[in-house]
Amino acid sequence: MESTMKDSAFLLFFHFLGKRTMSVISNLGAIVIFFTLSFLKIFRPKQIREIIQQVFYIGARSSNIVMLVGLFTGMVLGLQLFYALYKFGSQGVLGSLVSLTLIRELGPVLTAIMITARAGSSMTAEIGILRISEQIDALYTMRIDPQRYLISPRIAASLISFPLLTAFFDLIGILGGYLTGVVLLGVDKGAYFYRIHSYVDWVDIRGGFIKSLVFAVLVSTICCYEGYFTHLRTDSYGAKSVSLSTTSAVVFSCVTILISDYVVTSFLM
Amino acid sequence: METPLIEFRNVTKRFDEKTILDKANLSIYEKQITTIIGKSGSGKSVLLKHIIGLLSPDEGSILFRGRPVHEMKKREWAGYRNQISYMFQNNALFDSMSVFENIALPLRQTTDLRKKEIEQKVMSRIEQMELTDVVKQYPSELSGGMQKRVALARSLVTDPTIVLFDEPTTGQDPIRKNIILSMIAHYRKQLGFTAVLISHDIPDIFFISDRILLLWEGKIAFNGTYEELRKFKHPMIDEFLGSIEGLRDELTGLLSKEMFRSRYAMTLGGGPVDTTITAVLFGMRFDLLADELGPEAAIGVLKALGEHVNEYFGPTGGFSARHRRGEILTILPRVGLDEAGQLVHDFAQRLQQKALPGIQALTKIKTGAEKCFEISVTAGMTEGSTSDDIDQLIEKAEANQNIIARYQCGKEGALK
Repeated sequence: MESTMKDSAFLLFFHFLGKRTMSVISNLGAIVIFFTLSFLKIFRPKQIREIIQQVFYIGARSSNIVMLVGLFTGMVLGLQLFYALYKFGSQGVLGSLVSLTLIRELGPVLTAIMITARAGSSMTAEIGILRISEQIDALYTMRIDPQRYLISPRIAASLISFPLLTAFFDLIGILGGYLTGVVLLGVDKGAYFYRIHSYVDWVDIRGGFIKSLVFAVLVSTICCYEGYFTHLRTDSYGAKSVSLSTTSAVVFSCVTILISDYVVTSFLM
Repeated sequence: METPLIEFRNVTKRFDEKTILDKANLSIYEKQITTIIGKSGSGKSVLLKHIIGLLSPDEGSILFRGRPVHEMKKREWAGYRNQISYMFQNNALFDSMSVFENIALPLRQTTDLRKKEIEQKVMSRIEQMELTDVVKQYPSELSGGMQKRVALARSLVTDPTIVLFDEPTTGQDPIRKNIILSMIAHYRKQLGFTAVLISHDIPDIFFISDRILLLWEGKIAFNGTYEELRKFKHPMIDEFLGSIEGLRDELTGLLSKEMFRSRYAMTLGGGPVDTTITAVLFGMRFDLLADELGPEAAIGVLKALGEHVNEYFGPTGGFSARHRRGEILTILPRVGLDEAGQLVHDFAQRLQQKALPGIQALTKIKTGAEKCFEISVTAGMTEGSTSDDIDQLIEKAEANQNIIARYQCGKEGALK
C-alpha cells in the first residue's frame, strides 16, 4: 500500500516535471518563431516611419535616464576602484579599469536593464492593451499584418537604440569616473586618459557591442511576445493579464539579460 | 438559383467544451443587407469573425462565391480579405491616434495612394459622417455616438464590397441608432456593398434588412425576409422577439409590435363578434426624405409624426405601431370608415397647422434660396371587422393612400 503511494507520488512528480519542461520548450520555440518572423518583416515596405517613431520612444526617450545611471555608475566605480587601487599604490590605472568595466560589462548590462524598465515594460503594456481591446484584431481586419506593424518596428528600433545608448552610457560613465577619480580624488588627468587609450582595445568595444545587440533581441522579443499573447494567459484576464504580462516581461527580460551576459562573455573570452 | 456570396455549410465551432456554432448553415447574398439576430452570447460575433477569418471553423466549410475559403491559395485569400471590412462592437479605435489618423490608417498601410489622395478620401468620409469638428481629437475625447461614426468611417474608407457590422448601434440613443442604421442603408445603396449586421434594434433593423437570420442554440433557426419572419409562427421566435422588444418603440413612443399584437387581440377578441374597426396606415416617404435631407432629418420627421399620432388617436381608443420604415399603422376600434375619415381629416389639419411648420427647426434642416424640400404625409384607410385578417386590412389601407398634409419650405401650411 505504502509502496503504491510512493510510486504514484513519484509518477506525479515526473508528470509535473515533464509537463513544465514541455511547456518551457514549446514557449521557447514559439518565441524563436515569433522573433524570426518579426525580424524578417522589418524589411517589408512602409516600415521606415514606424521604425523612426519607435527609435524615438525606445531610444531618445530613454537617453536621459540611461545617461544619469551611467554618470553615477562611473562615479561609484571611480570611488570604489580608487579605494582598492590606492592599497596597491596603482591609482594611475584607474582610467583603464573604469573604462574596461563599463565597456565590457556594466555598460551593456545596465543599459539593457534600464531600457527594459523604461521602454520594455511600456512595449508589453501597450501591445497588451491593443490586444485586449481588439485593436490587434482590428488591424487584421484592415489587412494590416499586426506583427509587421507593431512588433517588427520595435525589434528594429531596439537593435538601433541598444548599442547607441550603451555607447552613451560608457562615455558618460567614463566621465563620471573622471569626476571622482581626477576632480575629487586627485588622480592625474593625463594618466587617466592615457590608460584608457592604451588598455581599451577594439575587441573590448566589439564585445560590448555584441552584448548590446543580443540584449536588444532578447528584451524586445520577450516584451513584445508577452504583450502580443497576453490574451492567452490562463491565470488572468483583461487589465489584470496586461499587468501580469508586464511584470513577467520585465522580470524575464532582466533574468535573461544576466544569464545571456554570462553565456556571451564566456564565448567572447 | 443565385449563388450566395458567402455560404456556411455545417459550420461547427467549439471553445473548450462549449459548442457555439453547431452545424450552422446560412447564405448571404450579394448587395443585400443581411441581419443576424439572436440572444446575447449566442455566437453572433463568432459567426461574423468566421467570415473575415479571425476565427476558423472546427468542422464544416465557409464558401465565397461557391469556393471554400480554406482551399484558397495565399493570393486568393488576400483578394477575398481585401473585399471585406469589419466594424467592431466596441469600435476598436486606436486610442493613441486622432480621428483622422484612425480613418487614414488602412489607406496608409495597405495602399500606395499619395498623401494628398489619402487626405481627400479621408476628409470626404469625415464630412459624410459629420465628423469635421473632431478631426484632430482622440477617440477618448468623443462621445459614444461619435466613436461609432469614426469606426463606421474607418470601415468604409477602403471602399469594401462586404462590410460586417458587429452591433453598430450599441450604446446609442434611439435617434442616433436610427441615424446609424439609415446611414448603413443609405451607403449600401450608394456604394453598393453587401452588409452583414448584428443588431438587437427591433423593429428598426427589420426595416432596412433584406434578409434576417435568427441564430438559436448554435443553429440558424430562421433565414428569410421580414415579411416571412412576420408570418413565421414559432414559439421560439415569439419568445425571442418578446424578450428583446420593449413595450414601446424607442423612437416614436408608439406600441412595440408585440404589444400592438396583444392589444389588438385583447381589445377586439374580448368584444362581440365582428366588431367594426378601421385601420389607418400613415406614411411619409422616408427613403426619399433621407436621400434629400439626410437621415437625421428623416428620423426627426418620423419621430414627430409618431408622437402626434399617439397624442391624437390615443385618447380616442386607437392604438398604433410602426408598420414599416416611415409607416405607422393605427387601429381605431369600433369606429366606422366615415367617423375615421373625419378623425383623420381633423388630425391632418392639426398636423398641417401645428406640426409641419415646426419641422424645419425640429429637424435642423438648413434651407436657402437654392435648397428647398417637401414633406408629405399620406394616409390610407379601410374598414374591417375582427374576423378579417390584419394583413389584408393593411394591404387595403396601403392601396388607398392619399396625401393628407404637405409642407413645402416657403409655403408653410399650404395643403394641395
